[in-house]
Amino acid sequence: MKQPDVCIASVADLSHRYGRTTALEAIDLQIPAACMAGVIGPDGVGKSSLLALIAGVRKIQQGAVEVLRGNMRDRQHRALVCPRIAYMPQGLGRNLYMTLSVIENIEFFGRLFSQKSTERQSRADELLGATGLSPFRDRPAGKLSGGMKQKLGLCCALIHDPDLLILDEPTTGVDPLSRRQFWQLIDTIRARRNGMSVLVSTAYMEEAEGFDWLVAMDDGRVLATGSPGQLLEQTGTSDLDAAFISLLPEEKRKDHQALVVPPRTAPADGPPAIKAEGLTRSFGDFIAVDHVNFEIGQGEIFGFLGSNGCGKTTTMKMLTGLLPASEGTALLFGRTVDAHDLAVRRRVGFMSQGFSLYTELTVRQNLELHARLFHLPQDRIAARIAEMIERFTLQEYTYEISASLPLGIRQRLSLAVAVIHGPEILILDEPTSGVDPVARDQFWHLLIELSRRDKVTIFVSTHFMNEAERCDRISLMHAGKVLASDTPAALVQARGKTCLQDAFIDYLEEVVDEKTSTLQSPPADRADLPPRRRTRSVFSFLRLFGYAHRETLEIRRDPVLLTFALLGTVMLMFIMGYGITMDVEDISFGVLDRDQTPESVDYIQHIAGSRYFIERSPIVDDTDLDRRMRSGELSLALEIPPGYGKDLRRGRNPEIGAWVDGAMPFRAETITGYLQGMHYAYLADLSLRHFGRVPRFSRADIEVRYRYNQDFKSIYAMVPAVIPLLLLFIPAILMALGVVREKELGSITNLYATPVTRLEFLLGKQLPYIGVSMISFFGLVALAVMVFGVPLKGSFAALTIAALLYVTVTTGLGLLMSAFTSTQVAALAVTAIVTLLAALNFSGMTNPVSSMAGIGAVIGNFFPTTYFLIISRGIFTKALGFSELSRNFFALAGFIPALTILSLFFLKKQEK
Amino acid sequence: MDKCANIFRLGIKELRILLRDPVLIVLIVWTFSGGIYSIATTTSMELHNAPLAVTDEDQSQLSGRIINAFYGPYFKPPELISLDAVDSGMDGGIYIFAIDIPPDFEKDLLAGRHPALQVDVDATMVTQAFIGSGYIENIVTGEVNEFVQRYRGESLLPIGLAIRTKYNPNRTSAWFGSVMEVINNITMLSMILTGAAVVREREHGTLEHLMVMPLTSIEIMLSKIWAMGLVVLTAAALSLYLMVQGVLAVPVAGSVALFLFGAALHLFSTTSMGIFLGTIARSMPQLGLLMIMVILPLQMLSGGITPRESMPKIVQAIMELAPTTHFVSLAQAVLYRGAGFELIWQNILAIIAIGFVFFMAALALFRKSINTTV
Repeated sequence: MKQPDVCIASVADLSHRYGRTTALEAIDLQIPAACMAGVIGPDGVGKSSLLALIAGVRKIQQGAVEVLRGNMRDRQHRALVCPRIAYMPQGLGRNLYMTLSVIENIEFFGRLFSQKSTERQSRADELLGATGLSPFRDRPAGKLSGGMKQKLGLCCALIHDPDLLILDEPTTGVDPLSRRQFWQLIDTIRARRNGMSVLVSTAYMEEAEGFDWLVAMDDGRVLATGSPGQLLEQTGTSDLDAAFISLLPEEKRKDHQALVVPPRTAPADGPPAIKAEGLTRSFGDFIAVDHVNFEIGQGEIFGFLGSNGCGKTTTMKMLTGLLPASEGTALLFGRTVDAHDLAVRRRVGFMSQGFSLYTELTVRQNLELHARLFHLPQDRIAARIAEMIERFTLQEYTYEISASLPLGIRQRLSLAVAVIHGPEILILDEPTSGVDPVARDQFWHLLIELSRRDKVTIFVSTHFMNEAERCDRISLMHAGKVLASDTPAALVQARGKTCLQDAFIDYLEEVVDEKTSTLQSPPADRADLPPRRRTRSVFSFLRLFGYAHRETLEIRRDPVLLTFALLGTVMLMFIMGYGITMDVEDISFGVLDRDQTPESVDYIQHIAGSRYFIERSPIVDDTDLDRRMRSGELSLALEIPPGYGKDLRRGRNPEIGAWVDGAMPFRAETITGYLQGMHYAYLADLSLRHFGRVPRFSRADIEVRYRYNQDFKSIYAMVPAVIPLLLLFIPAILMALGVVREKELGSITNLYATPVTRLEFLLGKQLPYIGVSMISFFGLVALAVMVFGVPLKGSFAALTIAALLYVTVTTGLGLLMSAFTSTQVAALAVTAIVTLLAALNFSGMTNPVSSMAGIGAVIGNFFPTTYFLIISRGIFTKALGFSELSRNFFALAGFIPALTILSLFFLKKQEK
Repeated sequence: MDKCANIFRLGIKELRILLRDPVLIVLIVWTFSGGIYSIATTTSMELHNAPLAVTDEDQSQLSGRIINAFYGPYFKPPELISLDAVDSGMDGGIYIFAIDIPPDFEKDLLAGRHPALQVDVDATMVTQAFIGSGYIENIVTGEVNEFVQRYRGESLLPIGLAIRTKYNPNRTSAWFGSVMEVINNITMLSMILTGAAVVREREHGTLEHLMVMPLTSIEIMLSKIWAMGLVVLTAAALSLYLMVQGVLAVPVAGSVALFLFGAALHLFSTTSMGIFLGTIARSMPQLGLLMIMVILPLQMLSGGITPRESMPKIVQAIMELAPTTHFVSLAQAVLYRGAGFELIWQNILAIIAIGFVFFMAALALFRKSINTTV
């Protein structure tokens, strides 16, 4: 182990805050180069923030960070060193794309580093060979096991031969065999690539023992630095776990006491508390739990040890009745688990992964809710809550909102909630993940007390070895199968090992066929590869294409999104085409004919003969008229006065009364218009029949010409207006979700950590959505012409060009929205509200923009839909071409650079 | 009895959680106050500030009078343009109406030669075009007759037609818009609130938690239904009293209590639908997209925006199955026309029946979805 003399990175007086929480507090560090440096400490002490700041992924708030001999505040320097750093964020495959295959993921990263196809392929082959992933080239990343995901992440990080490799908790939640393989892999790579520095954080202390140099962190501060040996020496302890605890400040340590598990007293008679026989659960062709057998006696602490996704949670769900078993039986208290058996549920307490509490309620409210739902006697509730608060030391937090509690407290509350009804069995699914070692030990104290004192049977799952060692008996689980079941000591002994970890790995090696031999492959003939060019380009089509290609693959593999994009568009077109109809037809009317002469019948027949009106049964009297109009049965009622016929014959100008239902004002206007028209037509007809000429009611003629839509069909006007609306709404939402999804899932890190520029990122993501939107556009036009029968009078080419411009603008609008929002829900809501509001009200759908005033006019003039609406209507109904509409084309085109510049301005190349 | 207590307890929990969500609270308050105000006062499908151009080739006293006869709120002051500017102005959608007063219009009129005046109408603006051309005809005829006879009056027709508008004599669009918006909000919010509550419980893992307690699916569902229903019903009632009748001074013809009774039944079916959608959706964004696809058609096709009778028969038939159709019809009858229970009992029966179907469907799916969560 060589003693490093140069620093790969150094930080001085570095502080970092998230709102009011302090992640890092004035840290000073010199991280040695060309070695394996580790950051140790529990979750939430600032490890991730430190690594992200060093990687240049996060924006520095206060203090200085120097990496590879340059200031990381400096954008120039960041851009320069970025291709020399590789960063793998926390979480299993967080920067990978789960729908993409192994090779597609690697190729994507290769493109981001501007590698040509041949270079990419040779590198990918080499890395896949080294990691043993070659057989899984075409498997989607989402279907890999946790260990394989991490290996793939490593391949992606190493594709560009970095000088500094930063790994944030790369092995959390991975089974011990994969973990060991992972570290062997890192060693091989380091041996091959001399001088590469590795900076890694971990919560597993036993792993850190193999590192060259360590930083122990707690609460945003550095506790100690040095080699593992130095740390042990300094604290006078024998393992890092103990060393870490003794490094903690006094007040944190004082609650801590070494954990002693008292032996279990003689098991009680009677049936086992929990029993599983051939328990199996499959989801489709994936078998999550495969013929699992175990028996847990009353008062026993039984542990399930295994990696993420090995079937622990599924087994527990079957025991609680949340999931029906596909095969086999589960028995609680000797009775088959039945989802409808409420009595059994009263005897079981359950704590699911991630402490499912009502985080919006206070500690007390949470306890009270559960006490009441379990129907504790009214008079005992208060006492029981007080007892729980006391026993789980929650006194200071009683009236606090659960969401604001530290993780360790929330965990205790979760347990308190799970046992408030005094259950006989307690099922705990990874109850300690993410909690620091001191809090974990406190939690185990409570568990042991429950088991030994209250004789509660505890079934607990974990991926921590030292927790498993505390159980009375454990089952080792892998890929849905139980490998072995016994007391921890017996398991170790059976394999002839010294610790549980080694024993577990031994068991795993028996069943896992992922060969580790490939790891020992000799160093590839590196000389054949061209040296990595470290040139920096401001704009690279390869990187842009990298993003565009990847996004296209993702869209193609997301059925929900595609369905919404294409089918949703069609459906909304139908709804709006028919829904926003301004036609008023088939108005039901009734007549109160007080005259009953041929003349009155003649008039009624005239009205009823038109296509606008439908006659209902005659109205008998005033009450009937009133009732039927009130109920909405009649929209129009006519009253013909007594003596109408006589008056008409004698020229005494009788008057017909008409009542129009004004509930829907615009319909009332239209009804009035039709009725007047019909009335005049009747008079003309009457005059023609009696006097042989059409009378003139005015001295001048008014010739009204309805242009563009002579039939006055609302559908001809609405369909060309709905197309712009849908091409705004759906592309903008899809685009906004597309970017924000990366933010939520974490793959946005690739923008922060690779040389891709913001412009390449934006345009690369935008291109596929423009493509999808254009498909929608063609579909919409086809639908308009063929299904709705709306003729396309003008040039289809001009319309297509306008649509291309328009969807570029609308997807650009989505990009801009996504720059502001950070969750998919927010992106969806904001985009939907903004686009719908502006488009429906201010873009000239029903009222031309020229008729608006004030703020409406401003929004209307600065909203792209206004212009495309004019183009769409112009081409569809007015047979216009490019020359007449050129002004609108230019306006649309003008939005594109404006939106792109705005998005660039708001999108950050670093995380806040 | 225990069940009722559970339902009550769980509902109280829903209310407490809702109270802690400022975004949803703002959404509820805004949609029932400011949202209603802005919709009622801004959008109208009636003629309002319609842009109008006049080509005056006559340049006479009469043509001047005709031009001056157009003013707000129906029309914008007419723009005087030349004949060759008419086409481009109409093509570009700048004017809906263009009136051409031909040369010697006044002279010909006085000589009794029945001159013709042309009105070009952009029929792609359907309602404005139709209503506006009627207004223009009336206004021009009035001016012409007055000019000729030096007195303004209706020429006596052989048969008179006295048109009176019931329930909204001045056809104020705010009356219609405000109440319809309350109705739309009831549907929209109740679905969003319950749907989001289900998805949130699943995402937080608390739903599983409830399912391992001695509770049944029906209790969990009913608690969400009563809690969210109560919130929306209260907001709607306040909005009707304070915003619609208060600030906007819209007279409500019938019994608000009867309307709220109908709304409560309607909420039973919309909250059930919300749960239904919440169980289908795997995540909040998916729920959002689903909501758009469900709420939009419910709002647009159930008669709250445009009259149902003009929709294609098949659409009308399908929409008979939606609770909103019956609720909109009920609300219009009660609130605008003052209908009593005897006129709307069919709607109420339909709402109850549909609500029951949705509830049973949601219940079946809810149970199933919990059994298959991975």
